[in-house]
Amino acid sequence: MKQDFLLLKDLVKIFGGGRELTIAVDKVNLEVKEGELVTLLGPSGCGKTTTLRMISGFELPTSGKIFIDGEDVTNTPPNQRPTTMVFQNYALFPHMTVYENIAYGLKIHGEKEKNIRTRTEKIMNLVGLKGLESRSPAQLSGGQQQRVSLARSLIMEPKVLLLDEPLSNLDAKMRVSTRLEIRKLQQRIGITSIYVTHDQEEAMTLSDRIVIMNAGKIQQIGTPQEIYNYPKNYFVADFIGKANFLVGKITKKLSEKALELEINGNYLKITIKQGSFKEGEKVFLLIRPESIELTSKKTNTLVGKVQQIVYLGSRLMYKIEMADTILTVEIGNPQEHKIFTEGEAVTVSFKEENLHLLPYEEISN
Amino acid sequence: MFTKNRKLNEIIGNLQLIWKEPLLLVSILLIFYFLLTFVVFPIFQVFKASLIVNQKIDLSNYLAIFSKRYYYQPFMNSMILGIYTATLGTIIGFIFAYALTRTPLPFKNFFRLTATFPIISPPFVVALSAILLFGRAGTLTPYINKIIGDYTIYGLNGLILVETIAYAPTAFLVLYGILQAIDPSLEEAAMDLGASRGKVFSTITLPLSTPGIASAWLLVFIQSLADFGNPMVIAGNYRVLSVQAYLQIAGMYDTSRGATLAILLFIPTMVAFFLQKYWVSRKSYVTVTGKPTGSTIKNLEWYIKLPVYTSCLIFTAIVFLFYGTIIHGSFQTLWGVNPALTLKHYVEMFQVARDYIIDSLTLSSIATPIAGILGIFISFLVIRKKFIGRGIMEFISMLTFAVPGTVVGIGYILAFNQKTILLPFILTGTAWIIIILLVFRNMPVGIRSGIAALQQIDPSIEEASTDLGADSNTTFRRITLPMIAPAFFSGLAYNFVKAMTAISAVIFVVSGKYNLITVAILGFVDNSRYAQAAATCNLLIVIVLVALGLIQLIVNRIGKGVRTIDIIG
Ligand SMILES: Nc1ncnc2c1ncn2[C@@H]1O[C@H](COP(=O)(O)OP(=O)(O)O)[C@@H](O)[C@H]1O
Ligand SMILES: [Mg+2]
Repeated sequence: MKQDFLLLKDLVKIFGGGRELTIAVDKVNLEVKEGELVTLLGPSGCGKTTTLRMISGFELPTSGKIFIDGEDVTNTPPNQRPTTMVFQNYALFPHMTVYENIAYGLKIHGEKEKNIRTRTEKIMNLVGLKGLESRSPAQLSGGQQQRVSLARSLIMEPKVLLLDEPLSNLDAKMRVSTRLEIRKLQQRIGITSIYVTHDQEEAMTLSDRIVIMNAGKIQQIGTPQEIYNYPKNYFVADFIGKANFLVGKITKKLSEKALELEINGNYLKITIKQGSFKEGEKVFLLIRPESIELTSKKTNTLVGKVQQIVYLGSRLMYKIEMADTILTVEIGNPQEHKIFTEGEAVTVSFKEENLHLLPYEEISN
Repeated sequence: MFTKNRKLNEIIGNLQLIWKEPLLLVSILLIFYFLLTFVVFPIFQVFKASLIVNQKIDLSNYLAIFSKRYYYQPFMNSMILGIYTATLGTIIGFIFAYALTRTPLPFKNFFRLTATFPIISPPFVVALSAILLFGRAGTLTPYINKIIGDYTIYGLNGLILVETIAYAPTAFLVLYGILQAIDPSLEEAAMDLGASRGKVFSTITLPLSTPGIASAWLLVFIQSLADFGNPMVIAGNYRVLSVQAYLQIAGMYDTSRGATLAILLFIPTMVAFFLQKYWVSRKSYVTVTGKPTGSTIKNLEWYIKLPVYTSCLIFTAIVFLFYGTIIHGSFQTLWGVNPALTLKHYVEMFQVARDYIIDSLTLSSIATPIAGILGIFISFLVIRKKFIGRGIMEFISMLTFAVPGTVVGIGYILAFNQKTILLPFILTGTAWIIIILLVFRNMPVGIRSGIAALQQIDPSIEEASTDLGADSNTTFRRITLPMIAPAFFSGLAYNFVKAMTAISAVIFVVSGKYNLITVAILGFVDNSRYAQAAATCNLLIVIVLVALGLIQLIVNRIGKGVRTIDIIG
């Protein structure tokens, strides 16, 4: 299995000129293993689509290189690249039937009619479109259109399959079931895939690895667990899941992996899981809302006041006012816990292993 | 520095991409060659000719513009005519558009058809009819004489009447599109906030349609300036540029003076065209979506309905009167003298004008598909492809839309009566010069409808085809063309109509061997054989209507498979 089946090297894309210059993609480096599904995840406008379109050849990089299976394809026209794309709006040919849509690529490549027939039938069975051969795209549901689009790309047996928010036009329920199907299919065929989405849940459930992007730059690459548990910076921690950030200062280095931290006059001992910090450095302390416990005991030092209670059905969310910050706390299984009332004083406690240090940065907005 | 390098890289990158698609590269180069040879070069030749006096380069023609009556008089006359026609045409067009989009006018389809009919008829039919009605032997002449005394239809007044009828439909189409695109809920909101009908009109409807009104005015102005057929028939002693340029060249063989008149015609037309394209259309608030908004018409007050409806009725009656007169006139033995009905003009027409009819049909049938395919292919390149010179390609191909026919015609005789580097053989006198002229005169119609259609189709559909391995030409043939087929065929229809009714440019390049039906009609009029002219006009109108009907049938058939475009985007 090749480690760098798809390789992006210092990829940059700048649109426009003069004052309206947009750096859509900024020095992106990425290695994708053969058979891996990697998701590009980030807010709208962060350069995901542009990256995908450079891989497929519809945009030329301003600088940088793209290799697929060891071959430099940076300047190869899109019709000669070993990639196929599933478009966000499916882009089905409206004047062709489902069958003709799926067979189109093979026909273009001059495959034999008999060959086309067997392969088209096979792929239609695989994605569950049997019996819809002679329908026109307009006569299909959204989910079916999506499958046609997927089948049309898969039949070409591309080296890399590209998917640009393929589920965004489906309703919420269809999205959930279809993403599981896509994942199963992808693993069964073992096809290397780049999947673009802005939906973190989708990325979490689908991916071997996730690439978090912001403003054209890669923020972090990792497995879903790594990204959630060990975010590298404020943006990733804030973008994935919910998070509380407390500003602290490192007062003492206890060892290579342990230090002492001061927050609002309280001192904490903490082990470092990632990165390195200096004495006297300002830091963010990240606590996920579900790792916080609330008690009415007055023993601990972190004391706050309940400001707001929100019922989320299966969970209960508190906003806790403390010194100069507001903590979000989530309690699973609310029936099994004591419910506090607004205005009540509570003690906040958490396990040391659930605390995570991040480099401090000025947050605008 | 950084930016410059990047631009350069991008250009080189795009070049490399095109280099890898030799067929696309060849197509682009070929189209540039065609545009250069058949659009730019002829216009350049006109400029050149206007600068040459007695075989020497000389500015004397231009220096004489303000001093010589034969230059400034036709110029002023054309401008005056243009201003009157544009103003009246726009007013009528607006009233019609308002009636059709903002009032519960009954029989809307009927009114719309009548209002657009003059567009598909040959340009000088209205003038011919005016002579039959108001000329020396005109049907209505005695009655009018009783009211206003002696008058003549030949001259400025007749021209204004005739051109207003002929070109108000252009204004109507523009304004209809604009008014339809203005969301009626804006007007309802104003009314909701307490504005009266009049206030709604003056504070909402009118300001929102101002760019459209300016657009319509400029387009009618351009058409009036370029009009050749009507002034040829009815101008009398009122000299306008297009006719004077023709007479100088075809009658006096004074190329230099004719070319200068053509340039005098070219310049204001270009100014109006650029105002329309780059200034007015940019100020437009309305994005024309092509989707008619569901307009809710509440009970309008009678004092709005009455004048609007009356105007519509009067204009419609005039259109009927004028075209009815042509039909009526074609069956009369001798107009104004012997009203006995006869078919002899039709019989004679097939004897005298047979060759003209066959030539017109043949040449138009050859030119139409070429113009259509070329037009749609250029719109594909311009909208969907990146290459150096894309902007220039769009600009040149739209240029032919605005250049007056007279200028083009003079350009063609000057450019192609000799061998040049661009074209190593002589075209003058052949059928090809007519076909090529028709192709490049009418191509912008195809480009426009192509651009409009392509802008409605999500580009990712074509990208999907490329992504699956098709090159640009295959994608165009298998994906783009089928999807824009309805636009393509409507473009074809309009192309054919324009080819069959063309006169201002082709009159310069017809020859004894190859001639056209429109030229024949003009000849009949010149010899005062009005009934013959009317009969031939009718035949022409019938041919055009049949062609339009046929193409509509095709569009309806293929249209079924393509409506699915709606599902995307
Ligand atoms: N063709 C283009 N011309 C100019 N700017 C563009 C173009 N395509 C994308 N951009 C800009 O590049 C940035 C990234 O866009 P995109 O890759 O589409 O983001 P995403 O897919 O992550 O939402 C955006 O700021 C967008 O406005
Ligand atoms: Mg996107």
